[in-house]
Amino acid sequence: MATDALELQIVTPERHVLEETVQTVEIPGKEGYLGILPGHAPLITELGIGVLSYRKDSETRFLSVINGYAEVLPHRVIVLAEVAERAEEIDVARTERARERAQSELSKAAPGFEDWQRAELALQRALVRLQAVSKVGGAAGEGRPVS
Amino acid sequence: MPTLIDYRRRIRSVKSTQQITRAMKFVAAAKLRRAQEGVFAARPYAHEIVRVLRSAAARMESTVHPLLERRPEEKIVIVVLTGDRSLCGAFNTNVLRRASAFARENSSKQIEGIAIGKKGRDTLRKRGWRLTAEYLNVSSKVEYSKAKEIASKIAEMYANKDVDAVYAVYNEFKNVLVQRLRVEKLLPVDPAILGSQAEEIVAEAGTARSESLPQDLAPAGQGMLVDYIYEEPVNEIFDHLVPRYLDSEVFRILLESAAAEHAARMTAMDSATRNASELIDRLTLEMNKARQASITKELIEIVSGAASAMS
Repeated sequence: MATDALELQIVTPERHVLEETVQTVEIPGKEGYLGILPGHAPLITELGIGVLSYRKDSETRFLSVINGYAEVLPHRVIVLAEVAERAEEIDVARTERARERAQSELSKAAPGFEDWQRAELALQRALVRLQAVSKVGGAAGEGRPVS
Repeated sequence: MPTLIDYRRRIRSVKSTQQITRAMKFVAAAKLRRAQEGVFAARPYAHEIVRVLRSAAARMESTVHPLLERRPEEKIVIVVLTGDRSLCGAFNTNVLRRASAFARENSSKQIEGIAIGKKGRDTLRKRGWRLTAEYLNVSSKVEYSKAKEIASKIAEMYANKDVDAVYAVYNEFKNVLVQRLRVEKLLPVDPAILGSQAEEIVAEAGTARSESLPQDLAPAGQGMLVDYIYEEPVNEIFDHLVPRYLDSEVFRILLESAAAEHAARMTAMDSATRNASELIDRLTLEMNKARQASITKELIEIVSGAASAMS
């Protein structure tokens, strides 16, 4: 294996999302984004809700990731996400609807209660998906998260 | 004696039943394929969760977690996995019989049930079980979010000390023809999963998906000792991982049960279709006999009529 490459593997309970050789990966850790280059020290982190990006041959690709864990080894990154979707797979119209629904739920529910929390999470999920999609069109190749 | 028309009607009705059973067989086969794919797809994730869990556990001085805590079993919950629909042979009956037997074995304890699947709910209710929760329409399309919902429900009950153990009774998918009944303890989480015994479990689970993951991911003992940096404190990761492990266990059981159900339905519908063919053959034979008999009778009438006219 070349020393300047990372094996990126993303699995969710429902499917094997991705397995690719890449140059850099940026993962949405719970405490913030982590940029991973080949040769990184072994690391385990929890994932938050965010956009995962990786660069392969000067092309950057994005995935929305929701909760889970990531294990980093010098030449391997294993992402265990509860949900992970490639930006290309995301249905924008549906996600927009989900976002609107979540926002209206959020405005109705009392803060802090169960309904409110559920709506809040739904909104976050919708937003991160939209974020992943917008990056493909907008900042392709750049790979810096906005949030 | 049934007339020709009666036979025709019977045959037509059996034929239309056969068409239905055949269609159901194909539907079950398609769903089975999907469920089987789901079972395979879930393995790498479950395997990795166990691996991360164990490496975190190995780094902790003591592994304490509400879901690992053992208590004397006084109140137990039995999770019973059945289908929502019938026409699947003895699938539902077997699970329910096993669940009842298990309840009898533990009659000294306080027992509550959680029904997954409509058939189980109806029967258990009739038998007078106390059902804490019920989940319907799970098996036609098993979703991880559903598994999480169920897992967090039982985890919550366990952490609140409402119950002292959680068992699952379900059909394990062996192959299309064989389902094996299993009774499995879900909670407290078996501490063996954190220790060396898990090695074998993992290795066993690993064989099926070894083609999907490269060699260096294999659960070799020394691989465990990689000195990880933990972004969050180890025990925090550990605390969050245990429920995730439970999620994936519940998900696995749901998938197994769903695959077994579709397999059972497919087999049942296949034999129903075959029985219908046999019945049609027999009825056709009898119909032909009846037809022949009526022709013979008519001939005799003509002949005897002619004979009497001549004499």
